[in-house]
Amino acid sequence: METKVLRSQLLELIRRTSCELPDDLIRALDKSRRKEKKGTTARYALDVMRENVDLARDKSQPLCQDTGTIICYVDLPKWITEKQFQSAYESAVKTATNKGFLRQNSVDSITGENSGTNLGPGSPAIHFHQASGKSLGVRMMLKGGGSENVSCQYSLPNNKLGAGRDIEGVRKCILDAVQNAQGKGCGPGILGVCIGSDRGSGFVAAKEQFFRQLDDTNDDKLLSKLEKKLLKQANTLGIGPMGFGGETTLMGIKICARNRVPASFFVSISYMCWAYRRNGFLLTESGKINRWLYEGK
Amino acid sequence: MILEAPFTEEKLRKLKLGDVVEITGLIYTGRDAVHKYLHDGNKPPVDLKDSIIYHCGPVVVKEKGEWVVKAAGPTTSIREEPYQGPLMEQYGIRGVIGKGGMGSKTLAACKKVGACYFHAIGGAAQVLAEKVVKVSDVHLLNEFGSPEAVWEFQVVKFPVVVTMDSHGKSLHAKVENASAKALAQLV
Repeated sequence: METKVLRSQLLELIRRTSCELPDDLIRALDKSRRKEKKGTTARYALDVMRENVDLARDKSQPLCQDTGTIICYVDLPKWITEKQFQSAYESAVKTATNKGFLRQNSVDSITGENSGTNLGPGSPAIHFHQASGKSLGVRMMLKGGGSENVSCQYSLPNNKLGAGRDIEGVRKCILDAVQNAQGKGCGPGILGVCIGSDRGSGFVAAKEQFFRQLDDTNDDKLLSKLEKKLLKQANTLGIGPMGFGGETTLMGIKICARNRVPASFFVSISYMCWAYRRNGFLLTESGKINRWLYEGK
Repeated sequence: MILEAPFTEEKLRKLKLGDVVEITGLIYTGRDAVHKYLHDGNKPPVDLKDSIIYHCGPVVVKEKGEWVVKAAGPTTSIREEPYQGPLMEQYGIRGVIGKGGMGSKTLAACKKVGACYFHAIGGAAQVLAEKVVKVSDVHLLNEFGSPEAVWEFQVVKFPVVVTMDSHGKSLHAKVENASAKALAQLV
């Protein structure tokens, strides 16, 4: 594939991720709207969100001005190297920033200087995996600062919450995190959770949950049950859209479990705002898009 | 309900918790870097008397020599809690637009100076950018970079909800207390 073609396809992926809310999220937002009574502040908030989704798509402009941390997962087939991909991707990120699909969001942590291009040490973040097939698979996520700031990690046992090293303890941590996130992450939110693992890998696994379809079912029966139960309980808290009070506090919870060392028991919770920007595609060697991963259904 | 510049104490005192308000006039963006900068004693780049500060780091690009706002929703306000109250009192800031609400210090300042906290819908960057009809100027752009600069926005019918008023009432405190009680039932 010519580099030029790859660059332009990646630019289109970034544009869509930033400007278009995926179909599964639109369905969830509409469902939430139906639950809130007309005339309430909660309904008003959801109406504005819905209007924003259409406007962003039609104008081809970012859903949210905080285009967040740029995270990308790549399934790399044999016909392209990591270096070739990275170079094309960084060039696409730079162009997307110039065009206003991405905000200038990469700041030097020591000097405070904004690079203006979204390029710099660690940004954009790329996770490479070897592809099993012939297509180049790229999935990306733009995660805003507000939602990242309320993501958190618990170490069990937790005395304050009376949470032990079991599923009941995990449940208490998750509900506590929802209470603490109010007014900071833009609700109705979605949680990605990892039970176990180490502190670093736990957060990575928690974030990867956001690549699941919002209305899928967890393959693990116990976790599937826990997801449903917690979603129901979180929505009895009454925090509501934007913390205005209301029926929908969360639109989804996605949980995974990883092995841990005997001494540690972490619960890593990643919060995603309603402006849930993720997308992905499969690209053939000739540069044609085989399939958009989150469209339709 | 409509709120038009000049943003006087009289107009702001009339607003109550839960009012849906459309703001028209000149507002200034200001977030983390600017709040710390002013709190450290630096002179404001604009006159803040009777002003409205918008906690927002917009996407702005230059097209044909003009600044154009591409996205402009609110950022989380609570990060400015240590600075906001004192700055409101010092400069006579009459309103703050942001998201998520603020704490008791800011609520007390709203009561004292006759100001409101206006909640814009987070993530609704396009609906809100549509209401910015002109960017009249920008300050501290080189010092802080585009998201942290002070942008002068001329807005028309900018939609917000009063979630903290000048009479000591806060929707955020109310919801937080209620949800804490509901949580206690579940754990």
